[in-house]
Amino acid sequence: MDIPTHLQSEVEQIISVHGRDRTALLPVLQDLNRAHSYLSQEAMLCVARELGVPRAEVYGVATFYSFLSTEPRGKYVIRLCRTISCAIQGKYHPAVSALLEELGVAFGETTRDGLFTLERTNCIGLCDQGPAMLVNDEVHVNLTERSVRAIVREYRRKAAPVGA
Amino acid sequence: MTADLITITIDGTALKVSPGTTVLEAARKVNIAIPTLCHHADLCSDAVKKPVIAASNCRMCLVDVEGQRALQASCALPINAPMAIRTSSPAIRRARRDILALMMSEHFGDCPACKRNGNCELQDLCSEYQVDTSRFGRPGKPLFARPDPENIIQRDMNKCVLCRRCLRTCTFYQGVNALTPTGKGQDVSIATFMDREMMDAWCINCGQCVNRCPTGALVERDDTAAVWKAIENPDKFVVIQTAPAPRASIGECFGCEPGTPMTFRMNTALKRMGFDRVFDTTFSADLTILEEGAELISRLYKTAVLKDNSAALPQFTSCSPGWIKFIEHFYPDYLPHLSSAKSPQQMMGAVIKTYFAEKNGWDPSKVVTVSLMPCTAKKFEAARPEMRASGYRDIDYVLTTRELARMIKQAGIDLPAMEKSPFDNPFGVSTGSGVIFAATGGVMEAALRTVLEVVTGDKVENLFDKADIVPVRGFDGVRMAEVTVNRVGPVPAILSRLVPDFEWLRGATLRVGLAHGTANAVRVMQDIEDGGPLSTCHFIEFMACPGGCLGGGGQPIPTSWEIRSARANAIYGEDANYVVRKSHENEDVLRIYREFFKEGPCSHKSHELLHTHYQERV
Repeated sequence: MDIPTHLQSEVEQIISVHGRDRTALLPVLQDLNRAHSYLSQEAMLCVARELGVPRAEVYGVATFYSFLSTEPRGKYVIRLCRTISCAIQGKYHPAVSALLEELGVAFGETTRDGLFTLERTNCIGLCDQGPAMLVNDEVHVNLTERSVRAIVREYRRKAAPVGA
Repeated sequence: MTADLITITIDGTALKVSPGTTVLEAARKVNIAIPTLCHHADLCSDAVKKPVIAASNCRMCLVDVEGQRALQASCALPINAPMAIRTSSPAIRRARRDILALMMSEHFGDCPACKRNGNCELQDLCSEYQVDTSRFGRPGKPLFARPDPENIIQRDMNKCVLCRRCLRTCTFYQGVNALTPTGKGQDVSIATFMDREMMDAWCINCGQCVNRCPTGALVERDDTAAVWKAIENPDKFVVIQTAPAPRASIGECFGCEPGTPMTFRMNTALKRMGFDRVFDTTFSADLTILEEGAELISRLYKTAVLKDNSAALPQFTSCSPGWIKFIEHFYPDYLPHLSSAKSPQQMMGAVIKTYFAEKNGWDPSKVVTVSLMPCTAKKFEAARPEMRASGYRDIDYVLTTRELARMIKQAGIDLPAMEKSPFDNPFGVSTGSGVIFAATGGVMEAALRTVLEVVTGDKVENLFDKADIVPVRGFDGVRMAEVTVNRVGPVPAILSRLVPDFEWLRGATLRVGLAHGTANAVRVMQDIEDGGPLSTCHFIEFMACPGGCLGGGGQPIPTSWEIRSARANAIYGEDANYVVRKSHENEDVLRIYREFFKEGPCSHKSHELLHTHYQERV
């Protein structure tokens, strides 16, 4: 499979930071995942070739970690905590319903505009401030019906092109 | 060293073991059987050069260690201090039964129709432990998509117990790395890159995973129905060739000890099943030696005398289709090193559909060529577009040893009870050189017997006792040997087109290398790239499977070093007993050069039918 030139140079640039040792595999995949929201087939093949790691092994690593994806995802990945300590806190269920309604997708899906992917996550260590969720690597706590709508709208606004 | 030994007791039996021995190994030493589904002796042996940690995936080998609260996986429990172990207790039996019931709760498959029915480690254990599947239930429908029926390696996750023998075989034993675990926790699966079908993955079809799978999750594509159909069709001439390796192993499917030769009994069975002719692949193995040997002489001549660097040395053998796909994927820069000679299977098909059909007035379009092979990759080779120079597929169907054993049983034939009968003419002279193709080192030995005799004009028996070229034999993963050419003889007429004389070889040392199992091929290729000793070889034999074809992916299950050794003994035993033991003395081969390939090996016509080229795979 031909690797697009821009991808090739991107991977080479990332490898110049992390090195060519097989231990660089994970940080390289993390950087690529961050830049593209997911790891494409071409990206994994390119990394496999450059690091000399079998392609199947790259795929195995990519599928093992929840924060890496082999399917395209939204610009913002929302990970709502589903652990019991969040789920028993007062505002959890209304907040979840509001989130689903505001986004118009179910868990595991991506909004049509490609902005948000909604997922559940296990405990993220914010039990004292639940309900909690992550949006990419930003933390949002004490979620309520109102706050989740506001959070989603804020990300929409940030993502909108300037002047639009 | 006795001082270092540790005394332990297993089920009340005291024994001394060296530190680091696992409890499982120690128990086996005193004949205490601990069940395992993920442990496999091949994957923990010295043959595996990379550190392979015990899998401890299946949890069947749980034992009770005195003083420890939880049961321990004995395969992953090294002995470093005295301990008292129980391998059977109510708690252990209950745990094993529950584990099996849990495996069955995710096991979707129809046991009666399963290829492994009657030869399945999971089934055996379920029977032994009388597993009650009503406890955790059985899936009512497939939990995973079924493999495409076209895949040569059929991998059905519905029957997988996640033991990972396949992936450890593929990674550590074969160096192919086609498989990986994906996901985690309850979502763990075994997959290829991007979860592709096996036929779209970087898999070489060697079938070593099939040989080690404890269940029916890995089997080869079943081509028996197509062969029965051809046999039943009165318009077709159905011809079968039998390779040497299955003859030494097919008896295992009929309750015989490994290494019981079935060569001539099988001929009778095949005729009774309805095959019109039964030919001996040793014929085309000998033909391969003449073509490949002539090619080697001509490459050496080009390099040494004509100073033509276009002839790539060392020359690599090309009869193992697993190895061919391996080099196409992983070392495409070295493709020019491959001998262009087709494998014996393909050469036989090509001459059946040309020379033989012509001679007998058979319409080649009505000839169906079947081959019995120890190999799953041969199914891939037979379907290659490169393999139809006659206008027809050289080989129409390939049956593995296991498939043919099933067909023989379906025909109601008790193979060990058959009378012996000879192969059919004109490809029926069995030779020792052809037979040893089945073992690692065999192609090299056959080639050396011919090349040395042709070049020196002297009997090879004068160089090696009984013509047994022992230095190239054995099961070491990578081997090297050398022979010095002390005298040269006249060029035989059959090679006179290729070289004027052999003077340039006088005093030369011919260096050869051997590797079996593609993980060892990787070691050889690495050494060549580094300019190591193997790069100075003139000729290297590569076999994709451990032990050579006798350990092929289409051979009876189970496999182990002991079983492969027994098959090797049978093969070298046959060789010693044959009258003709050198390829260039095979009368059938000499006849085909007289009547058909008139200009000798590596001529225009032989190139057209008996040679081919391969391409990089991306």
